[in-house]
Amino acid sequence: MSLNIENLTVYYQTLKGEVHALEDASFSLTDGEIMGLAGESGCGKTTLGTSLILLNGRMRYIRGTVLLDGQELPIWDNRGMDEFRFKQVSLIPQYAMSAMNPTRRIGKMVHELIEARHEDYNEIMPELKRRLDLVELPQEVLKLYPIELSGGMKQRMVMVLSTLLNPSLLIADEITSALDVSTQKAVVEMLAEFRDRKFVKSMIVITHDISILSQVADSIMVMYAGQLSEKAPTETIIRHARHPYTKLLISSLPKVGIKYSEEILHGIPGKPPLLLDPPIGCRFRDRCPVAYEKCTQVPPFLELDKDHFVACWKEFEEHA
Amino acid sequence: MRRYFLRKILIYLLTFFVAVTIDWMIPRFMPGDPVMNMLSKAGSMHAEAQEVMYGYLTSSFGLDLPVWQQYVNFWKALFHGDLGISILQFPKPVIDVIKSALPYDLLLLIPSILLSYYAGNKFGAYAARSKRMDNTLLPIGYILTATPYMWLGILLGWVFAIILNIFPISGAYSYALKPALSWTFIKSVLEHWFLPFMSLFIVQFGGWAIGMRNMIIYELEADYAHYLEALGAPRKLIRRYAYNNAQLPQLSGLALKLGVIVAGAMSTEIVFSYPGIGYLILMAIQNSDYYLLQGCFLFIIIGVLLANFIIDIVFVLVDPRTRLGMQGGAS
Repeated sequence: MSLNIENLTVYYQTLKGEVHALEDASFSLTDGEIMGLAGESGCGKTTLGTSLILLNGRMRYIRGTVLLDGQELPIWDNRGMDEFRFKQVSLIPQYAMSAMNPTRRIGKMVHELIEARHEDYNEIMPELKRRLDLVELPQEVLKLYPIELSGGMKQRMVMVLSTLLNPSLLIADEITSALDVSTQKAVVEMLAEFRDRKFVKSMIVITHDISILSQVADSIMVMYAGQLSEKAPTETIIRHARHPYTKLLISSLPKVGIKYSEEILHGIPGKPPLLLDPPIGCRFRDRCPVAYEKCTQVPPFLELDKDHFVACWKEFEEHA
Repeated sequence: MRRYFLRKILIYLLTFFVAVTIDWMIPRFMPGDPVMNMLSKAGSMHAEAQEVMYGYLTSSFGLDLPVWQQYVNFWKALFHGDLGISILQFPKPVIDVIKSALPYDLLLLIPSILLSYYAGNKFGAYAARSKRMDNTLLPIGYILTATPYMWLGILLGWVFAIILNIFPISGAYSYALKPALSWTFIKSVLEHWFLPFMSLFIVQFGGWAIGMRNMIIYELEADYAHYLEALGAPRKLIRRYAYNNAQLPQLSGLALKLGVIVAGAMSTEIVFSYPGIGYLILMAIQNSDYYLLQGCFLFIIIGVLLANFIIDIVFVLVDPRTRLGMQGGAS
């Protein structure tokens, strides 16, 4: 078991009060698993992803444990986490286009970073060059400044840099949103390649684009309003989703062969709740077509079939 | 690269031409007649003799020519390095008057600009690091940078010269001494230099500290800083990057401030009767000394343009983005 998360809860501190962005998330990842984390904007997927590596100034750790390779990550302790970052857990950020210091040559920045983490740059250098070849970046990029690279090149450079120390867990946060469709595919395939070559053990790929996940992810986890809804192997989520939110989400994707000028593209009626004062129980209740009185209690995240976790009272009933 | 500099130099030459033209115009549009002024200082004279003297002096200064002719003559003389004769210190050439004032100016301006830049930046970066420093010292910085040079000069002079009597209040060296290369003279120069220097230093220091503090906070929130943090880079490395990047806008601020500081030095020099160019300007205005005023302004123009040009070059050296922009412009 590579990653094991239990009751992880993270709130945001705001002037109006605490925003319950992530509530009691419990799930696990096996070695070599690429898990897609999907959901609409503000559902807490980035909060979940980044809380595993760096809590920013407004994020408050409330409770929960994170075990990575049997070791507990002290995610509440910014300094204590430093030891694990980059080596154990690493991040490909949302902002890969501006992730590198604009006034340092890339090679120099990598050098300074590696040395600062007490690793031997000269020892890592050959591996770095091999990986640049792998992502089809010329080795000259190390002598360039970030602005001399195109967006796609910067993205690949950051991917290489983030995985350079072979972390156990890689969090890829919305890495394809800034890229065009053909580059998206290449980037996603590179992620799988990185896993196959054991540069990283397991991966959490955060995106709102489920079609990207279907190409690369072994499993998909769907979140809604700070709660986990469903986690299952990719095929299962796409073909046999059980949580009403996942079903609606999948059915609202555009389908091949249908002209949407003739047929209306259906969304999910209603809006996600505000997380400043979230509704009690299942947070999808108000928009859910099958909600009933039991839904005022928080549903547990239960494994109904093998590797298929769902948090829905209705499903438990039918399953029982 | 070459095209970039050629364009820059062209712009600077154009600026120089316009600025010098304005410089030539200003004294001539001032009220008052310099020759009359000079004659009245010379004491009573026969009305007839005065008329003859007036005519002689006016034509020897070239002031009886049409204005356009005066303008052309001015440029001609300028290219020969001739700034004219000072009316105030007649018959000393303006260039000599300025030459004797310039060292005092440089002595005051260069250390105050460079030291305040260095100390202010370091201090601002330090203040950005700790909340307590930030809360107590930021308001002080704002007050300092908003202080008029002249007012601070008067305050310092009053406290340290009048009340405490530690430093002398006026002049560049003791009036009892003659300039010589002796320890007594150097000591006297330093004593006289300290208060004007401090008043320039303190005001500029506040500005740099605040600018740097804001820039550092901005840089620490930049994406690259967060990324490095996520990769577990030590705070020292992140702060170093932030400091280096925060210095770039500060550098262009330095270029802008150089223009202002010349005026700042002027009011400070007047407060302390410090015989630099600022003080000369005041004397020249009071005595309608066209040539001296022109000459002083000319030196200020050259100083500001030169400083800006140097900063342009430094920028190309320290910021890769300007270098790239230049390539883009050339292709």
